Amino acid sequence: MTPPGADLPEHPDFLWRNPEPKRSYDVVIIGGGGHGLATAHYLAKNHGITNVAVLEKGWLAGGNMARNTTLIRSNYLWDESAAIYEHALKLWEGLEDDLGYPILFSQRGVLNLAHTEQDVRDSVRRVEANKLNGVDAEWLEPDDVAKICPILNVSEDIRYPVLGATYQPRAGIAKHDYVAWGFARRADEAGIDLIQDCEVLGFRTEGSQADGTARVTGVRTSRGDIACGQVALCAAGHTSTLLDELEVSTPLQSHPLQALVSELLEPVHPTIVMSNAVHVYVSQAHKGELVMGAGVDSYNGYGQRGAFHIIERQMAAAVELFPVFARAHLLRSWAGIVDTNPDASPIVGRTPYANVLVNAGWGTGGFKSTPGLGWCLAHTIATGELHPYIAPFSLDRFVTGALVDEHGAAGVAH
Amino acid sequence: MQLIDCPWCGPREEVEFHYGGQAHVDYPAKPAELTDEQWARFVFFRDNPKGPFAERWNHSVGCRRWFNAVRDTHTYQFLAVYKIGENRPEIPGART
Ligand SMILES: Cc1cc2nc3c(=O)[nH]c(=O)nc-3n(C[C@H](O)[C@H](O)[C@H](O)COP(=O)(O)OP(=O)(O)OC[C@H]3O[C@@H](n4cnc5c(N)ncnc54)[C@H](O)[C@@H]3O)c2cc1C
Ligand SMILES: [Zn+2]
Repeated sequence: MTPPGADLPEHPDFLWRNPEPKRSYDVVIIGGGGHGLATAHYLAKNHGITNVAVLEKGWLAGGNMARNTTLIRSNYLWDESAAIYEHALKLWEGLEDDLGYPILFSQRGVLNLAHTEQDVRDSVRRVEANKLNGVDAEWLEPDDVAKICPILNVSEDIRYPVLGATYQPRAGIAKHDYVAWGFARRADEAGIDLIQDCEVLGFRTEGSQADGTARVTGVRTSRGDIACGQVALCAAGHTSTLLDELEVSTPLQSHPLQALVSELLEPVHPTIVMSNAVHVYVSQAHKGELVMGAGVDSYNGYGQRGAFHIIERQMAAAVELFPVFARAHLLRSWAGIVDTNPDASPIVGRTPYANVLVNAGWGTGGFKSTPGLGWCLAHTIATGELHPYIAPFSLDRFVTGALVDEHGAAGVAH
Repeated sequence: MQLIDCPWCGPREEVEFHYGGQAHVDYPAKPAELTDEQWARFVFFRDNPKGPFAERWNHSVGCRRWFNAVRDTHTYQFLAVYKIGENRPEIPGART
């Protein structure tokens, strides 16, 4: 047997150019994470639009893209969510070919555990909703759960016994850095400028929000002013600090979200297991680390770290569900800053500024949407028409009451 | 783990507390007269600053009382704690 990780590809010797910013672009994308890069890629590939800059305040994809636990699935409850996440999952299935770059997409399936009678009812309902939306989903009894994941403790005498699980076989994980680099290389090849170390500090505007004539004419950055035709905000946890500059308010709230990895282990964990009720989810990375996450820290924060007691609780849950983990050493932990909304769904679409689109609020779950969102946002920028998959996620849903309340599938985990 | 200074009990560990979001969000004086837009703002829209933020905390496993605090959301440092009904202390840079 080849040792775990032996099949990981070598790092390429060329990633992308490091250009000086031009003074003007047709499209400026703020934030060089997965969403910004995917949008750039599909702008070039699907629409031939390449006079585009992606502005990143740090290093490329060093935000949540570098910090997330890479779970990809589409078993969301509501039609609107299933549509965009399933669109994304279909793109994931062909992404390696599209990018001409390895992304190690591994469709090993996800088990979402149910621990209470209410969990069971909610889960069965979600499975049926998934099937109606053409998303692969099954309800499994504890014995069948144990067949898929033999190291999982399905005995009845634990504090929150496993009463069953939903299973989506097409769910999986991918190598997050490679995904970002694949999108970045393609966008760069097409002539799009990826500009690192370039923080957007504010905007130049004209017109007024009051009479609907407001526009952004350029962005003010740490590397000078850059004029732009259109702007797409893809700054994840920091989007509301930029919207504050534009005097646009939203329900977005930024929270630390932590993750951690163990030392390298032999392959022991064949799938992904998530539990919202006891707050832990686990997969095993290609090299062998157990990758674990939990819910967000309760308070608002931008510090890219979180509180220790969250980790303690998550480890307690993990060891109860997977007794075999008890001797695994924790290697590192970290946090990203995720932006959440009251209905656990993103905000994508128009702002009071005619030429500014917002894409934020993906909270704990926006890695999996990366190709799907990029596709739809590029379409919207290129055609001026909201792509039907993102249309339900407009900011005005908080006023009209048409909320997409996705807690049922998103919960506190992913 | 950080210590939070309950105005009644003194410093206690963070795990004893429950977070309550933005402080000083007043219930509308004349609810019947609000537009949908105004209702949405009251129910859903909150500030999300990077820096000092006035927010509510509950000492849920201690005295179980609510209080307000100004905390820096970048450093997580508590800059002030004060009782419900008291005015927010002046802290440079604080928005709300
Ligand atoms: C610990 C953790 C685990 C997660 N696990 C999962 C998971 O398993 N599955 C899943 O689907 N999702 C997961 N997520 C969520 C996912 O990472 C995010 O929803 C997603 O990455 C957000 O989109 P993005 O990739 O564009 O964000 P980011 O990668 O954060 O990109 C935003 C970029 O904008 C830059 N930026 C910010 N402000 C400015 C500015 N003013 N000027 C210029 N640039 C700026 C940032 O530096 C950053 O690089 C997880 C997140 C975390 C933190
Ligand atoms: Zn107290």
